[in-house]
Amino acid sequence: MDGLLSDTIGAISTAVGNAGISIIRLSGPEAFSVAAKIFRGKGNFYEYPSHTIHYGKIIDPDKNDVIDEVLISKMAAPRTYTCEDTVEINCHGGYVTASRILDLLYRNGIRPAEPGEFTKRAFLNGRVDLTQAEAVMDLIGSRTEKSSKVAVSQLEGRLSDRINKLRHQLVEMLASIEVNLDYPEYDFEEVTADNCIQNISLVYNELKNLIEGFQYGKILREGMEVAIIGKPNAGKSSLLNRLSGKNRAIVTEIPGTTRDILEEYVNILGMPIKLIDTAGLRATENEVEKIGVSKAIEVMDSSDLILFILDADSGFEQEDADILEKIEKYHEKTIYVVNKTDKKDEDKLNEIKERIPEVLEISVLEDSGINILEKEIYQYVNKSNFDTDNQLLVTNARHKKHLQQTLADLEKALDGIKAGMTMDVVSIDIKSAAENLGYITGHQVSEEIVTNIFERFCIGK
Amino acid sequence: MAQDYNKQNTYDVIVIGAGHAGCEAALAAARMGAETAIFSINLDSVANMPCNPNIGGTAKGHLVREIDALGGEMGKCADKTLIQSRMLNTAKGPAVFSLRAQIDRRSYQREMKHTLELQESLDLIQAEIIEILTKDNKIIGVRSHLGTVYKTKAVILTTGTYLNARIIIGDVVHSGGPDGLLPANRLSESLKELGFELMRFKTGTPARINRRSIDFSKMEVQQGDNPIIPFSFEHETIDREQVPCYLTYTTEQTHRIIRENLHRSPLYGGAIEGIGARYCPSIEDKIVRFADKERHQVFVEPMGLDTEEYYLQGFSTSMPEDVQIEMIRSLPGLENARVMRYAYAIEYDCINPYDLKLSLEYKNIEGLFTAGQINGSSGYEEAAAQGLIAGINAVLKIKDKQPLILDRSEAYIGVLIDDLVTKGTDEPYRMMTSRAEYRLHLRQDNADVRLTPKGYKIGLIKEDRYEKFLMKQKSISKEIERLKSKTVPPSEKVNNFLKKYESSQIGTGIKLYDLLKRPEITYEALKEIDSEIPDLPRSFAEQVSVSIKYEGYIAKQLQQITHFKKMEQKMIPEDIDYNQIPGLRIEARQKLSRQRPSSVGQASRISGVSPADISVLLIYLSAKWKRGGKQ
Ligand SMILES: Cc1cc2nc3c(=O)[nH]c(=O)nc-3n(C[C@H](O)[C@H](O)[C@H](O)COP(=O)(O)OP(=O)(O)OC[C@H]3O[C@@H](n4cnc5c(N)ncnc54)[C@H](O)[C@@H]3O)c2cc1C
Ligand SMILES: Nc1nc2c(ncn2[C@@H]2O[C@H](COP(=O)(O)OP(=O)(O)OP(=O)(O)O)[C@@H](O)[C@H]2O)c(=O)[nH]1
Ligand SMILES: [Mg+2]
Repeated sequence: MDGLLSDTIGAISTAVGNAGISIIRLSGPEAFSVAAKIFRGKGNFYEYPSHTIHYGKIIDPDKNDVIDEVLISKMAAPRTYTCEDTVEINCHGGYVTASRILDLLYRNGIRPAEPGEFTKRAFLNGRVDLTQAEAVMDLIGSRTEKSSKVAVSQLEGRLSDRINKLRHQLVEMLASIEVNLDYPEYDFEEVTADNCIQNISLVYNELKNLIEGFQYGKILREGMEVAIIGKPNAGKSSLLNRLSGKNRAIVTEIPGTTRDILEEYVNILGMPIKLIDTAGLRATENEVEKIGVSKAIEVMDSSDLILFILDADSGFEQEDADILEKIEKYHEKTIYVVNKTDKKDEDKLNEIKERIPEVLEISVLEDSGINILEKEIYQYVNKSNFDTDNQLLVTNARHKKHLQQTLADLEKALDGIKAGMTMDVVSIDIKSAAENLGYITGHQVSEEIVTNIFERFCIGK
Repeated sequence: MAQDYNKQNTYDVIVIGAGHAGCEAALAAARMGAETAIFSINLDSVANMPCNPNIGGTAKGHLVREIDALGGEMGKCADKTLIQSRMLNTAKGPAVFSLRAQIDRRSYQREMKHTLELQESLDLIQAEIIEILTKDNKIIGVRSHLGTVYKTKAVILTTGTYLNARIIIGDVVHSGGPDGLLPANRLSESLKELGFELMRFKTGTPARINRRSIDFSKMEVQQGDNPIIPFSFEHETIDREQVPCYLTYTTEQTHRIIRENLHRSPLYGGAIEGIGARYCPSIEDKIVRFADKERHQVFVEPMGLDTEEYYLQGFSTSMPEDVQIEMIRSLPGLENARVMRYAYAIEYDCINPYDLKLSLEYKNIEGLFTAGQINGSSGYEEAAAQGLIAGINAVLKIKDKQPLILDRSEAYIGVLIDDLVTKGTDEPYRMMTSRAEYRLHLRQDNADVRLTPKGYKIGLIKEDRYEKFLMKQKSISKEIERLKSKTVPPSEKVNNFLKKYESSQIGTGIKLYDLLKRPEITYEALKEIDSEIPDLPRSFAEQVSVSIKYEGYIAKQLQQITHFKKMEQKMIPEDIDYNQIPGLRIEARQKLSRQRPSSVGQASRISGVSPADISVLLIYLSAKWKRGGKQ
């Protein structure tokens, strides 16, 4: 078969970097034969029954090296996630061993899976529907426990249930309107404007709540985006390195070192956070640096939180004033930080405090104030007091788009009714709203309205 | 057996059945230049209305307008023979304004039959066709009950409710067609041999009462509109005396009689196997299913001017005679009713429209088209609309041209055919405005804008009518432009005018165009403050007014239409093998293989094909397009 699904894919299926165990998953027609080749355990791999787990070792057959002790599970098609033959290798040697095993697999004919490819296969093999597939994609991408909880409840269909309920309310209302349009000769109760407004508002408010949860849902899933900005040499890259515990960014004493934006995922008190280091903001003639500066400005706009870094060594300069002006409109989402407080130049520090009283003092060099900064960031995220355990969260961008369109439709419907528009056009907007919700759950509206009419109203000759 | 291959019995197109579908099909074919014959078992039943004596209504009125805009006959014939006319839904908005006319049934038949007789290139012949002849899966002819063979290149089947028809009244069941006419009992065999899957559907009609026995004083009167608005775009006015209709209601007694006799209804006793429609339940159905509704409406409508028969709309039943008369006499005004024809139910064979292409050609036999009630629809207008399209496409087929396919965004006709062909139907299908996604665009007032250019292109709209149409469009857009450019000042006169219509006052000048957008200000009313408003004919003024008032909504629909068309234009190659597409679910594979949709849009509307299947199909097709380098 020349199909999409003729090869076998493999990947580490737990998030990289997280504690002890890594799971490597293989899926496809060659999964068993490759596993048999590299696994040594009690008995013959081929003879293991499906859906069983076995202890053994992973051996590099070429060198006869033992790479790790593992638990291996064997699951035969079609009762697997992807509907294909599947093998899962649980290794405990951390990331390094996991990648050695992966490497071995790749040398033996396994193709590296693309992000989400297991789910894509599950979807293509008819195992999951669209909403579920998307939720799984979210789950794969989710980086902390909190966000996987949201993804799981979505997977279980809580979101679909809720949206279906709202959609059904709209369909019922439509049927009541439509029956009067299609059967004018009958004496059904006309749907009044007040009644319509009331019903629409109910649905509207619920949807609005769902959407408001989205931003938070996105933060949970993708991590909050935190932009580090400031004039050159303030210590932005140093802070990134400190918070991520890695030497990702180049740090020098030369102002203008960072010229592009740099992203790094970090975990702050259990929250996934995407830190974005930017080029120092200043007027510059250098073309490359110029691009970096304009990108930094874009990032300020799109990020969820801004860390504005000032420099206690240089004091408050014109460049800081310029930046302050630029970020004024983002005041709500800015934490002001002054770095290099180890320099102990009180005058310069006061110069800054005069301009920005609530500035947070840190020193990357001496590692002081960093804990407080982390707490501030954490609190900012949790400021929006969402209760993740009970609140349904919309985490998927496509869902959000449709929800927003639904809201816009309902607003138009309300405007139309209030302006005295006729029901035939008002119903266009309500129908469009119901359809947008239908896109999320995969339902068609027209036929449903007709069915609803015949169920609820008595018409005929 | 007599075989006649002489020239006289050779046609380009043969239409079997002279009901509403057959008449439109035959006229269209002949008018497009094909030598055509139309057969009916009985020539005195041409264009018969076996049920309610009216044409139009919600969505159906739209269909009639569309038929007319394409060059069909139904609207003209209805205009000539209507005896009462009303525009329904006038308070509910332009998308659902619907014309409905009470028709003098006999005049309609006479008028239509005469039109067929006068039509050039058309022969109207009385005969029952019992066999369809094919060779190599192509049409070659038909055979009549007398054994005569008529040769032809295309056949249009429009046999309505006649195939193996059975009449059911209470526990009396007999073979028979509508209105005591003969059924067609032999053709079904031939259809089965051609591979058609036959279904058994059911419909029914209420009793007819002699006027002399009705006490109208106990009923509500319903008068027609004045002036009468015609169906046909060719008619601007109709000047005619109208007759009233009446309305009465079922009583507690009616309901009791029905409940006590339910066991005698074949619907509940099991004698009727055919599938009836949800939207035309019999009165016993209504009383069972909507037990808490205290009363049901019954409309009392005249069947014509030279008859005393009245039709009881809303009171269809298959109860036995004795129960029927008891039920009828429980209605106010009908205490002394004399029944002329008892209500009956009818069961008949129809095909599964799933087996058709969007052109209405049968997938397995080239040149065989079907239209009307045989396709699982119900209703005169639905039948006529399909007949027209089948007639046009039969001729285009023999001329080796692309078929005329109207999509869901172009016409109710498109919605009707797409629904039937793509989704199939498990009950007689009736058109409703709620079935149309783009209702505000598919209005009855602009059917000419949507379809007359197409009618002209295929030759059913003649030059002079087309000229008139273009002129009309010109003066409409001219007037819209004028309203857009003319500003009225915030004068006392204007503000008094606004006050009169409970519209908010103005402080600065305002465009007439913007005033007209206010729901409370009509185009007609603007005359009071604008002396330059031209004296446009009613139908012109309607389009001016609607296109301005609903501009925002119309624009939105047009945008949706653009979006819709994208998927409709992703064509699926005819030779696609769905079994070779990995990832399609089995059900989707089967449905798609059977249906063979022509576009991804059509595929997405097949029941049992999920959005996931469509994604898979799109992935597969785009890979194919990439390889093949074309879409
Ligand atoms: C009892 C009853 C109740 C109905 N109630 C309603 C209603 O309430 N509302 C509604 O909208 N519609 C109703 N209908 C349906 C409506 O009558 C039809 O939908 C419409 O007339 C169908 O048109 P048609 O052209 O498809 O077929 P028909 O009008 O049925 O015409 C069929 C034609 O085919 C001819 N024919 C059939 N077989 C052959 C053959 N083998 N050879 C030659 N000629 C043949 C017949 O003589 C006839 O001329 C009812 C019909 C009946 C019978
Ligand atoms: N004394 C002191 N020096 C620091 C501290 N943080 C960073 N530095 C030094 O400041 C200099 C600039 O640091 P970077 O992290 O490169 O600064 P930046 O803001 O990323 O600079 P650009 O990328 O050029 O915009 C380096 O020499 C750092 O070692 C601090 O807390 N105290
Ligand atoms: Mg830097």
